[in-house]
This record gives sequence, structure tokens and C-alpha cells, in this order.
Amino acid sequence: MATTSVAPRGARRPFTRRASAFLFRHRGAQLTFTLGPTLTWMVVIYLFSLVVLLISSFWTLNPLTAQVEHTWSFKNYQTILHESVYWRVTFRTVVLAAAVTVTDVLLAFPLAYYAARMASPRVRNLLLFAVVMPLWANYLVKVFAWKTMLATGGPVDAFLGLFGIHGWPGTSIYSLWLVLSYIWLPYVILPILAAFERVPASYLEASGDLGARAGRTFRKVVMPLVLPGVVAASIFSFSLTLGDYLAAPLVSKTLVLGNLIDQLAGGTANNKPLAAALSTIPLAIMAIYLLIARAMHAFEAL
Amino acid sequence: MESRFVRVAVRIGAGLTLAFLYVPLVIVVIYAFNKSVSGDWPPQLFTLKWFSVAWQDATLKGALRTSIIAAIFATSIALVLGTLASHAVHKFAFFGRDAVSFILVLPIALPGIVTALALSSAVESSRTSIGLTFGLTAIILGHATFCVVVVYNNVIARLRRTPGSLTEASMDLGGDGPTTFRRISLPNMRTALIAGALLAFGLSFDEIVVTKYLAGTVETLPLWIYGNIQRPFDRPIVNVVAVVVLLLSIIPIYIAQRLTGSAQGIASAEAEEAGPG
Repeated sequence: MATTSVAPRGARRPFTRRASAFLFRHRGAQLTFTLGPTLTWMVVIYLFSLVVLLISSFWTLNPLTAQVEHTWSFKNYQTILHESVYWRVTFRTVVLAAAVTVTDVLLAFPLAYYAARMASPRVRNLLLFAVVMPLWANYLVKVFAWKTMLATGGPVDAFLGLFGIHGWPGTSIYSLWLVLSYIWLPYVILPILAAFERVPASYLEASGDLGARAGRTFRKVVMPLVLPGVVAASIFSFSLTLGDYLAAPLVSKTLVLGNLIDQLAGGTANNKPLAAALSTIPLAIMAIYLLIARAMHAFEAL
Repeated sequence: MESRFVRVAVRIGAGLTLAFLYVPLVIVVIYAFNKSVSGDWPPQLFTLKWFSVAWQDATLKGALRTSIIAAIFATSIALVLGTLASHAVHKFAFFGRDAVSFILVLPIALPGIVTALALSSAVESSRTSIGLTFGLTAIILGHATFCVVVVYNNVIARLRRTPGSLTEASMDLGGDGPTTFRRISLPNMRTALIAGALLAFGLSFDEIVVTKYLAGTVETLPLWIYGNIQRPFDRPIVNVVAVVVLLLSIIPIYIAQRLTGSAQGIASAEAEEAGPG
């Protein structure tokens, strides 16, 4: 797009030469040309959208005409503060996000540790691909896979039947916990794997030479070094769980924050302003989370 | 270093995690050939008939076409914007440089429902002013916005590994800006660009969280799956589509991985050569 205006393909040497010489001499122009389009795009489309969302949260829906009235008020925020359902659902969603995050970190640790420290380079690359592949597999395919797995009489029921357990608690929040843990697991493994790879082997040897056993080396040397990576990984599982609204109705009957916002924004409620006000809750939670993560140097581990 | 017990425990843990990642996908592939509509385990009879049923579905083909068109346009925009931004950040020190990658990652770092609702509010509010409506254009604009970061990350990683001395040498030997770009910079970036483009394409092709809020009446492939996933009698067709989508996403990821992986090897070989001298 922007390239053609400066260096059209048709008019070859003379113009492109002059243009590139100009850009080489004028660093400011070069910066404007390279950064300008992207920054404009992100500001015009994304930041503008967030501002519109924020502004519309102060508008109200007229219950009689079902029209959005463009007058400023805190009514939506008052509604959220006073009705306990919003608080209950928020609390439940945050607990779910924390549970998913802890599950994923626990599952990620042995695989990441094995790939980073014990496997040969070839096996390491194979494992890396084995983690990346499900990450890019379609979200709905993964949800569908678990719908199939958890269906009555399906594989999970058959598997549990082997141990004499009858039936997985079908459409409970446990299904949602399981499915979300599954979907976000690759996102959690990759930063933790990278963190393990950055631990210098000489540190572990030094710790061993100084008399620390494996457990103590892990707690005192490895953990502090991989912690930023773990926090970075948790950003994904936490934020993705807070923002999810599709998996919950497909695999459980549990209402989470994402669904509540989705239901308010569309369907019969069609109360976009209230949905916008409610969406500031996950936004605020993530803002706090990101600030804490930054203080823990997690961004350098991303 | 680690005791024998720890090594065995780590191996078992790693194996269990891998199994957790792959068992559901393997099960879906098995069920694609299940003759029965019911989902009882284990399937009794196997068939290919659901593949031909899916192939003859016209709305399915339409949805596939829409998804491909949206992904091509979104990827093209992301390629241009991501490459330009990565050059700016790599080459220049300017006020707010750290904020650039933060802004780029924001659309995927913020909770999905927030991005979805924000973009849909923006489309709605600009309907009267610039006439943007829900549909393919809105989908492309939205997808491009979060695909930029994928290209950006790939290209900037490559730029950081490529020594600046190469372009300087080209300039010293009389190559002008365009020549240096064509003969030095572009070949160096090529695999990073292809990998970034493949990943951006995959991201757009699979996206539903934001797409659902921008599509209006337009149907993409993930939206088709979403519409049919709840219907028990369409389960076999959805299953077949799921397996095909799964295969379609493995191929580009495999190629992208190979491209960046081999490039990594080249970069480290270069570093070793440069090291002792």
C-alpha cells in the first residue's frame, strides 16, 4: 500500500533511487514512512475502538424504545455495583481463570523441563513442534474434540468405567475447567520452555558443587530464574479464560463473565452500553495483572 | 545433576502432558470415520461417507471461500504493516519505542470478548459516518489488526539476528538503497516473511471470537462449525470438517517451523564462524 506511493514498480531506477537516497538522508522521513502506517492503523482501528467502547459504557438503553440514548451517566456502573449476579459471576470467572492457570503451569513444567534440559536437540525440536501444532489447531475443533470426549457414553465415560467410576459430571464447571486448560496449555508451555532454556547449566552445576541437592537447587536456583517465564505464561491462560465466551455454553451450563457480556451485547437483551460497562471488569483485571507481570519482569520473558 | 528418581518422574510427567495434548485430537480423527451418528465409544463400523456428504455441502464451500478471502487480505495488510513497523523499531531509537510492541500485542493480549465488543462498537458507530458495515470488510480490518503482531515478531527476530554489516558492505560496494534491499535485506528476511505470513493466515483462518462480532450475515468456516456444532445430527459432518481443518492448519505450521528453524541453524553457524575471528 504505502510502498507503492513512494517507489512505484513501473518507474524503475531513477525515481526509486532518488526516493531511497532521500529516505537515507532524512532519518525522520524514514521513521515516519516505516512506523507511520502501522501506528496509524493501530490507533485508528484498535485504540479508537477501545475508546468507543469506553464511551458507550456511559450511554444508556431506553427500556421502552430499546434505543441507545447518548447521554452521559453512571447508570450502568451503578447497576453492576448493586446487582450481586455480576459480582458472583466475576468471582467465579476469576477462580476459574486461576484454576486453569495453575493446572496448565503444573502440566507444562515436566514437559518444558524435559524438552529444555534432558532431551537431545532433535527431540527438543520435535517436542517444540508437538506443542506448537495443537496451539494452531482451530479453537472450535478443540472444543468439538472435548464435546466428543465428554459426551455421554463417549471416550471419557468409557475410560472412567474401567475404574468403576460412573460418568463424568457432564455439563458442570469442571468440564469447562478441563476444556479451557486443554485449549490454553500450549500457550503456557512455550514461555515456560523458553524460560528453562535460559537457565545456564553452569548455575546448576555450581549449586550442586556447593552441596545443594536437586530439590534445593530447583527451589533456590531454577525457580527464581524461571518465575518471570511462568508469569508471562500465566498472562495467556488468565486473559484467554477471562475473555472466553464460546466454550462455556458449548461444554457446560456454567455462566462466566464472557458469556454474561456476550448475552447482554446481543440477543434479546441487546443492551450494548451495559455490556460495554461490564467489559471494563476483565479489562481492569488484566490491566492490574499486566502491571504486576511487568513489575516481575515477565515481559522480558515473553 | 538430577537424581534418577527425578529424571524418571519428569519423563512420566512429560509423557502424560503430551498424551493430554494429543488424545482428544486422535479421538476426533477416529470419529471422522465412524459410521454411526451416535458418539458411543468405541465406534463399531467405519466409513468414508461423511467426507462425501460434507464435500457436497454448498454453504460449507461458501464459508470456506469467505474464510480464505478474509485470510488472504488480512495477511497481506499484516505483512506490509508488520514488516514496516519491525524495521522502524529495529533501526531507530525513538520516544515510545517500547510502547510499539505493546500496542501491537494488545489486540491478542486483552480478553477476547473485550476486543470483539470494542471492534463491533467501532463498526456500529462509524456506520453513519463512513458507511462501514458488518461483513467481509469489517472481518478483514479486524483480523489484520491482530495479525500484524505475528509478522512483526517474526521479522524483528530475524532482523536482530542479521548482522548490520551485510547491508553496510553492500552499500560500500556501490549498491544503492533499492539494490541492497532486493539483493541483501529481502533474501535475508524472506523465510521470516513467509513464516509470518503463514502464521497470520492461520490466525485469521481459525479466528472466531472476534469474527462472530464483525461478520453480520457473512459466514466463515469457523462460524459454520459454530452454527452446526450444537446439532446432534450434524455431528458427523462437523467431525469431518474438524479433521480437514486440523490437517489444513498442520501443513502451514509445519512449513513455518521448518523455515524459521533452518534459518536459526544458519544464524548460529554464522555466529560460530564470526566468533573466533
